[in-house]
Amino acid sequence: MMLALAVPAASRLVHLSLVDGMIIIFYFALVLWIGFYLKGRSNTSEDYFMAGREMTAWVAGLAFLSANLGSLELMGWAGNAYKYGILAAHWYWIGAIPAMLFLALVMMPFYHICKTHSVPGYLKLRFGLGSQTLSSISFAFMTVLMSGINMYAMAVVMRVVLGWDLNFSILVSSITVGVYVALGGLRSAIFNEVLQFFLIWAGALLIPILGLVEAGGWSGMKMRIVENLTAQGTANPGAYTHLWSTVGDFSNPMGINWIGIVFGLGAVISMGYWTTDFLVVQRVLSAKDLRSAELAPIIGAAFKMAVPFIVILPGLLALALLTDPAGHLLHLVPGDVAWSAAGQAQGLHGYDEVLPLMLARYCGPGLLGLGITALIAGFMSGMAGNVSAFATVWTYDIYGALINKNATDESKVTMGRWCTIVGIIVSIGTAYLVIQAQSIMDYVQALFSFFIAPLFGTVILGMLWKRATPAGGFWGLLAGTLSSVGMYAWAKIDPSAVQYLALSLKAQDQAQNMFRALWCFLVCVIVTVVVSFMTKPKPDEELRDLVYGLTPIPSTGKVSLIQRPTFWAVVVGLVFVALQIIFW
Amino acid sequence: MNDTHAASTASASSNEQSLSIWFFVGVTLGGNGLLIVLAGLYSLVSPPENKVVLYNLHADLWWGAVLLVLGIIYVWRFGPWRTQT
Repeated sequence: MMLALAVPAASRLVHLSLVDGMIIIFYFALVLWIGFYLKGRSNTSEDYFMAGREMTAWVAGLAFLSANLGSLELMGWAGNAYKYGILAAHWYWIGAIPAMLFLALVMMPFYHICKTHSVPGYLKLRFGLGSQTLSSISFAFMTVLMSGINMYAMAVVMRVVLGWDLNFSILVSSITVGVYVALGGLRSAIFNEVLQFFLIWAGALLIPILGLVEAGGWSGMKMRIVENLTAQGTANPGAYTHLWSTVGDFSNPMGINWIGIVFGLGAVISMGYWTTDFLVVQRVLSAKDLRSAELAPIIGAAFKMAVPFIVILPGLLALALLTDPAGHLLHLVPGDVAWSAAGQAQGLHGYDEVLPLMLARYCGPGLLGLGITALIAGFMSGMAGNVSAFATVWTYDIYGALINKNATDESKVTMGRWCTIVGIIVSIGTAYLVIQAQSIMDYVQALFSFFIAPLFGTVILGMLWKRATPAGGFWGLLAGTLSSVGMYAWAKIDPSAVQYLALSLKAQDQAQNMFRALWCFLVCVIVTVVVSFMTKPKPDEELRDLVYGLTPIPSTGKVSLIQRPTFWAVVVGLVFVALQIIFW
Repeated sequence: MNDTHAASTASASSNEQSLSIWFFVGVTLGGNGLLIVLAGLYSLVSPPENKVVLYNLHADLWWGAVLLVLGIIYVWRFGPWRTQT
């Protein structure tokens, strides 16, 4: 962060015109209007924390997707696409779609029927106070870190692209988010997430369209990538545009094989994130009925499959086309190198700058303002999502469960509003602590695997296996989390440990994160199973509406085929398979 | 799924007298589209010194127009005059 602060403001990529400024101000005015407009509709805790549980499938589904589609996501994965090639698309496809469909069809009925306010709240119902406390404290810790990372990402965008002062960006954005979330609660956050969804597509869609025109289509782009990477002496340049054919061994740009992608990413990290991270699950819990709650993740999945078009493709196009003002091919470097004083003196750019660089390449006044606004919106809604989820978990699972068990509805809303303010202040502090990993997303993935992978093990066993006991749930979760932190620390202290933890010394950060998630998930499951068999299970009547086999799923009634969640899940699943084959 | 989308006309914000989220989406698309079209027209009349790549395609004009039209449709379809009926 100190390095970032030291960068002179003159190193900006673009200069905004009057119309760009007007577009940015228009956005800020609109979100504040929404916050004040919704204030009158957030008087009860159900309104404030659950948006009244009245959202349609479309609103909940787009918010579910957008909560994850922040500026951090956009810039980080465009940077990863430049760094690792099309392998980065795995995080959008196998790393999301199966998990979203699984959430919709298998897990959503349990979350919806037990009427929990949060994922830790489900753990309390299923396993008791110990698991709830452990998961709510780790979630609260993670979510303020995530919020700080978002804030940091935003400040870097503004500094790199516009030359804005880091502190100014943090102050303006945090005050705005604080105002609209504190006033309108989850409903305000959801409204802004849906708004951001449209802004991101409106602001970013031109980059791949114009990029493909310039490159001469997909085949032209592939040809240029191979030419450019060959000229730079990169080994196996063809691997940058193939999704599966290069993951039979570890020689691809990411240093990962198919086992890590399928089991580490597809079966553990993504399942954990999309089904148990309360930040995204909270959006679906706001759905008005079970069918909407099941359809929402499916709608999110349908759009998620298209996101690589505006995130991964710009990264690939940059490999093919990105040049400096003199017309020489631009070579991006790791962020910590680019953002050092020496890097800035040489005019270097980091991987995570690839999206703003492509934006500046094609977008003149007006369009540039819209693209920048989309990034600001992405950042702010990411931060709002974290803060609103933090306020809910703190109020229900820490304050309401441990500190004031008899809290009134009114005091919960007041606590939620104060939590929003406190959450933002803590995130601001966090933003100044976050600049350790090679690129922003690597760090976020590390955080996910500390908490999310073992949490998924606990929740899924809780939902599908009625023999799992409260002691088994608690000790499994604790062992999984500690083993994850332990493996991370081991690899930091002794880098050669990677050959055991990730099966190869070639494993890059992302590959290490995936294998660590896989191992800590297995630790969680094994400990939960062993302890459960050693302890007394809960009686069936206490598990009703919480566990498979003891939860009657209400019929969706007489609805046509195209109104059935299962039908759309099959459609999305088939498109997902087709995409894997097309880009094999 | 179109049925679901259409059904959300009034129920995205279910209380009567409340504005639909889609109305706000229309305001943002329409407002930005208008500003971008105007900026595109200005750059047509007075071309900038440092042109962006593929400037000759005038992406600001047609993309701004697409956003403006979408914005008008959403505002007209989901405005307060529609949700209160």
